Amino acid sequence: MWNYTDEVMEHFLNPKNVGEVKNPDGEATVGNISCGDALKLTFKLDNDGKIADVKFKTFGCGSAIASSSVLTEMIKGMKIEDAAKLTNQDIVDKLGGLPEAKIHCSVMGMEALQAAIANFRGEEYEEHDETDHMGRIVCHCFGVTDAKIRKLAKENGLKTIEDITHYCKAGGACGRCHDEIKEILDGIWQAESADKSNNEAGNKAEAPMTFAQKVVKVQTVIDSDIRPMLEKDGGSIEFVDLKDNKVVVRLKGRCAMCPSSGVTLRNTVESKLKEFVAPELTVEEIK
Amino acid sequence: MEKKVIYVDNNATTAVDPEVFKAMKPFLTDFYGNPSSIHRFGGQVAEHIENARKQVASLLGSDTEEITFTSCGTESDSAAIYSALNNCPTRKKVVVSKVEHPAVLNLGNHLRQMGYIVTEIPVDKKGRIDLEVVNEIIDTDTAVVSIMWANNETGNIYPVEKIAEIASKKGAIFHTDAVQAAGKIPINLKKTKIDMLSISGHKLHAPKGIGILYIKRGVRFKPFMIGGHQESGRRAGTENVASIVALGKACELADKYMDYENKEVKELRDHLEQGIISQIPKCRVNGDIENRVPNTTNIAFDYIEGESILLLLDRAGIAGSSGSACTTGSLEPSHVLRAMGVPYTSAHGSLRLSLSRFNTKDEMDYIIKTLIPIIKRLREISPYWEENK
Repeated sequence: MWNYTDEVMEHFLNPKNVGEVKNPDGEATVGNISCGDALKLTFKLDNDGKIADVKFKTFGCGSAIASSSVLTEMIKGMKIEDAAKLTNQDIVDKLGGLPEAKIHCSVMGMEALQAAIANFRGEEYEEHDETDHMGRIVCHCFGVTDAKIRKLAKENGLKTIEDITHYCKAGGACGRCHDEIKEILDGIWQAESADKSNNEAGNKAEAPMTFAQKVVKVQTVIDSDIRPMLEKDGGSIEFVDLKDNKVVVRLKGRCAMCPSSGVTLRNTVESKLKEFVAPELTVEEIK
Repeated sequence: MEKKVIYVDNNATTAVDPEVFKAMKPFLTDFYGNPSSIHRFGGQVAEHIENARKQVASLLGSDTEEITFTSCGTESDSAAIYSALNNCPTRKKVVVSKVEHPAVLNLGNHLRQMGYIVTEIPVDKKGRIDLEVVNEIIDTDTAVVSIMWANNETGNIYPVEKIAEIASKKGAIFHTDAVQAAGKIPINLKKTKIDMLSISGHKLHAPKGIGILYIKRGVRFKPFMIGGHQESGRRAGTENVASIVALGKACELADKYMDYENKEVKELRDHLEQGIISQIPKCRVNGDIENRVPNTTNIAFDYIEGESILLLLDRAGIAGSSGSACTTGSLEPSHVLRAMGVPYTSAHGSLRLSLSRFNTKDEMDYIIKTLIPIIKRLREISPYWEENK
């Protein structure tokens, strides 16, 4: 049960500006039906560059509908430059607050507005990637998943919570997720520095893996990452051989007779080995 | 606090039956003694616990010694599965289904981290389990199989008696979470190979904080709660006397109302369900319509989101439930509906209505009348409705 403010309930029960503006100057749809909320925003400008009419349609929970409704009221009559400066916090404040886990509804409102303005200006709006909807939510305020944080950290070399907040807002509001973000970052960077120091200890910094090291690493990844995933669906896997960069495996249990075992081999086994051992690896199945 | 409400969320929890409350009350007010005490003031309480055990055993068709009182369904599930694993250290596999309650599913995830092989049996579009797959997955390395008797979201009934026989042939312990089945469909454990079974009091008109674990005679049991000698050493901790008495009474009443549940309550559910799906476009019933507990319906409405439906129903004095992601604050909608392959477009807009013997036909008509404009209104706000209707 959520504790919504009177303002949220009022905008949910009597939403303002529902619908679509005909022949809009700017329009955008953000969000995604698969994760349970989506917002279509359309607006028209008057001769002074002010938002003369704005309408919304929202698929989502009470606070998503309320955030959309209050957003349209806030920007009606605003100059487009001023509207572009609006943040999700402004939406939250206007609603008299949102529950922590619902802050992302206000973020969706801000994103729809920015995307519609970008559409009006003929600019590209940065699209979301699939990590937005993968894994588990770490930052509930902004709806950021662990997969997203991991990806951003790896791609951009982010080492601190502040870096993460700067890139994707995660951890920027209530701060309750700071421990979890730290844990994710530690997981990434400590593993890397451990690898490094191991290599250095062997006096082989940056040296490629030896064949024996590669065999051990393939075995470890199969044991700790791949097999438990297959076991969940009643299958299993055995590491048979490593020929140059070809990992030879035997699929067992339900995987062995599964018609989509080819997909499992490529999508699960090969991609995990490429990610965690070496990108040049390929996988071959023997019966 | 508001009291007057049309309550159709009985798979979440139920009202304590006034007769149940009457039976338990003296043990909160006058007879507060500890049943383990030597003095008569405490000792006299013990016989009421044994009477409750008889009432529970009678509902389940078991012997009284096979019933152990616990604190809730979750404790019973954990105790059963841990006991089976501890008693058979050479077997490393646990088999559950993809639609189990989190009490079992998350325990499975935990056991996986501890090194056990935990396999989840898939379900089809209607949420059904294929016995051939079960036969294939349970092997001689399987220590314990835990499959629910009835599902909390769809109401689907699973063929646990048959699965228990398969498990038994492979030498595995079979446990069933019967929290949603007890009191709704007849259970007779005498004739089955079911080794262990969990029940929760508050799902059948007893209070929260009481459950039972059935342990078949001859099945070895290692206690989960360690401490005093209570419950024949199977569950330590001073007995929750009032709630035990309440659960006993609730089981006696469940027995008495079993026919009513399967005729009158079922008719109410069917009336409600038909009223909704015949008058609202683009909606359908989730689950195995032919094989459900009599009180539950789960309906998916395309292109709208469940929390909005619940909020508007709430305003109209109706308490229901949804498999929407938003109601829990997670990204994913219900794992049960996802395991059944219900598309995201309707999984988010699912509504579960679960009845009890305290509901009336007038209430069902009021729900139907109220729901029609709510769905229409939310679809008018939805960006997906116009293009898909």
